Amino acid sequence: MEFKLKIWRQKNASAKGKFEDYTLKDVSPEMSFLQMLDYLNQQIIESDGEPVHFEHDCREGICGSCGLYINGRPHGPLTHTTTCELHMREFKDNTTIVIEPWRSKAFPVIKDLVVDRSAFEKVIRAGGFVNANTGSTQDANNIPINKKISDRAFDAAVCIGCGACVAACKNSSAMLFVSAKVSQFAMLPQGKVEAKERVENMVTKMDEVGFGFCSNTYACEYDCPKGISVEFIAKMNREFFSSKVCKSKK
Amino acid sequence: MIKLDSKIPKGPLAGKWSNYKSSLRLVSPANKKKLDIIIVGTGLSGASSASALGELGYNVKVFCFQDSPRRAHSVAAQGGINAAKNYKNDGDSVYRLFHDMIKGGDFRAREANVYRAAEVSNYVIDHFTALGVPFARDYGGMLDTRSFGGVQVSRTFYAKGQTGQQCLLGTYSSLSRQIAKGTVTMYERRDMLDLVIIDGKARGIITRNLLTGEIERHSAHAVVLATGGYGTVFYLSTLALGSNASAAWAAHRKGALFANPSFIQIHPTSIPVLNDYQSKLTLMSESLRNDGRVWVPKEKDEKRHPNQIPEAERDYYLERRYPAFGNLVPRDVASRAAKERCDAGYGVGDTGLSVYLDFKDAIEKQGKKAIEDKYGNLFEMYLKITGINPYEEPMRIYPAGHYTMGGLWVDYNLMTTIPGLYSVGESNFSDHGANRLGASSLMQCSGDGYFILPYTISDYLSDEIRTPRINTDHEEFDKAEKAAKEKIDRLMAINGKQTVTSFHKRLGKILWDHCGMVRSEEGLKKGIEMIDQLEEEFWKEVKVPATAGEYNQELEKAIRVADFFEVGRLMCQDALDRNESCGAHFREEFQTEQGEAKRNDAEFAHVSAYEYQGNRQREILHKEPLVFENVELKERSYK
Repeated sequence: MEFKLKIWRQKNASAKGKFEDYTLKDVSPEMSFLQMLDYLNQQIIESDGEPVHFEHDCREGICGSCGLYINGRPHGPLTHTTTCELHMREFKDNTTIVIEPWRSKAFPVIKDLVVDRSAFEKVIRAGGFVNANTGSTQDANNIPINKKISDRAFDAAVCIGCGACVAACKNSSAMLFVSAKVSQFAMLPQGKVEAKERVENMVTKMDEVGFGFCSNTYACEYDCPKGISVEFIAKMNREFFSSKVCKSKK
Repeated sequence: MIKLDSKIPKGPLAGKWSNYKSSLRLVSPANKKKLDIIIVGTGLSGASSASALGELGYNVKVFCFQDSPRRAHSVAAQGGINAAKNYKNDGDSVYRLFHDMIKGGDFRAREANVYRAAEVSNYVIDHFTALGVPFARDYGGMLDTRSFGGVQVSRTFYAKGQTGQQCLLGTYSSLSRQIAKGTVTMYERRDMLDLVIIDGKARGIITRNLLTGEIERHSAHAVVLATGGYGTVFYLSTLALGSNASAAWAAHRKGALFANPSFIQIHPTSIPVLNDYQSKLTLMSESLRNDGRVWVPKEKDEKRHPNQIPEAERDYYLERRYPAFGNLVPRDVASRAAKERCDAGYGVGDTGLSVYLDFKDAIEKQGKKAIEDKYGNLFEMYLKITGINPYEEPMRIYPAGHYTMGGLWVDYNLMTTIPGLYSVGESNFSDHGANRLGASSLMQCSGDGYFILPYTISDYLSDEIRTPRINTDHEEFDKAEKAAKEKIDRLMAINGKQTVTSFHKRLGKILWDHCGMVRSEEGLKKGIEMIDQLEEEFWKEVKVPATAGEYNQELEKAIRVADFFEVGRLMCQDALDRNESCGAHFREEFQTEQGEAKRNDAEFAHVSAYEYQGNRQREILHKEPLVFENVELKERSYK
């Protein structure tokens, strides 16, 4: 297979970036997308150029490091698939592939295709946890949890923190990411105790670090590699408003 | 001369930890905040150590090379986490878990450490549940468990095929909580380049800021390495591409002994190598062997599609060779059995280097829905990578480098041979002997970090309350920083023609061929020669582009690969020194008539701990005898 690649190159955070064109020959359909980039980088290095920087680690769809905007879609053309799980057999031979970093004010570009996602960390640190100290708890089976509820909490907990939801949203909203964490804990008895404080703190922080409002287009769910449902956004909104209502009653 | 003292407490096995714990000295809350602790790595062991020590009130500094602590490779563990809860009423107990691990490790682990790991396993499950980790539950709302290889009870807690992710995210949440409270300071995107020792004690580290290239100094009263295993030495492995040995190796160079380097687990069920460009191998969880049956055709060069091969013409070789455990034999046994069939010419796929893992019977018996509930995400992952639907035809699998039982030598306190330097989780050697049983890695990492290290490190730090903050202007910091910079300059100056990755691939191939599933004296000697040659070539021919003073991913790789030559050589050396077969270490010359590993307890019931003597110098071998007071040493049989 042969491809024309249009790749965003940017030396560092303050430099002005631009698209550069590359022609890549002898691509195997069995290559993963990142192996294709490795292959390109080997050729760039051998011809004395600077390789394209991109983030990756586990290469099996679970660490959330990789995240490329491919032909106008976060993680490329397949649903429920991270960039590292995408394979070249999904692309048509002799076509152009446009590769960009996540685009969001809250995720500034660091270099080439690498962005700074530390805004997510700030939101998690604002309340994405249960306040339980090590060793302070009881036997695990003393907290029975309905299987359906537990499974639903798991569905929210599978978020890999890649940022595709933000990249997909035209408002760069992080509602899907934040709501997944808020919902996981709000559904479980362990997290219910402090659910109100949690949702308030996390939502406030989310606004503060530069994420936009929900666009209601569901693009986040559509492009989430783990298929996290927008129902969690509704759940978070409910949690948020009820916490406000409770407060005003006091 | 180093003398190994394991510091195992006296007294009966079951009471050792609880008695010892009560005798350990404490640090008062007022003094804790004056004491600094550095932790390198944010996987399950690092993040749990950091949050537990932060909760106690110590001033903790944590480092990781990723952009977020949530990405550490514990996240990719799939199948589960063991605990001796006995919720299934199937005869499980702390002793049974201990015994399974000792036997599974082929009698090459310390009794006292393994018993303690089993003992704290129950607290780990309680704590994760309290943190909101959504483990699988049954309809009554109680926690569910499943079986894993090498055991006959059901003690593995799980969250679909994403148990590592859920445990790591739980730990990450408790770490984030401490960061928010200010007890823990997080340093992302840092590689540890060197360890700083002052007056014989570990007092700090030198790091490289991966975004700016700046070389930084960080000091502390104690240093904890939670840096994982060195499986990426094979290039192709189930590990994350960034996983590396460099931090542990820096400690080894500075005097920390490295134990059992040749004990590396080759996991039996990975998706096989599909092409030359492959950068990693993806694991298919061992839990699949609960319901999947492993087979190859009875005829060589079978060309039919697997679904066309009738039952009578299939060789379910694990069920045939090991009727008592069947498809659930431990990993080393399953890996070698797959290799044996493929080497004999019965392997399947284009390369002949794979076997089938078949769910047909399980789907017929339990229904597709039940299988999907248990393994849905794994089946999806397999489909995405291979393009083959495992609900309709068998998976193809082959062994791949996975986990390193070997690592930094630690005593019962998890302290290395350098005072004040600790090692937790996979980066130490302590609990898995010559082979790790499935689902005991998450268990050990969390146990070390949450429930063991906080006690033992406090005992050490109780002597440090009069030591003021360590000054990074000390000459030992100057020296270490200078050495780190020189190494980087040397790499940048080579400006050869070959990429770092090309060297890593070649090194990996040498080790896979000569120090992989089956080893021999001749092969190992040849392997060492080849590594020597390749290393020389590397230092003449490698090309690292751009500069050291910026974000440079190729330089990061070059630093790691430069260390892997030394790691690889020590692996081969240890495999040569150990003239027996045990667990994952299988020497061709030492096998039973049935082709099983043949131990030599009279000569090799010991831990091999190596002392660094300079690159290319023969390391000095120290032996820690293993004393078995509670289990009987016998041939490990799963037949």
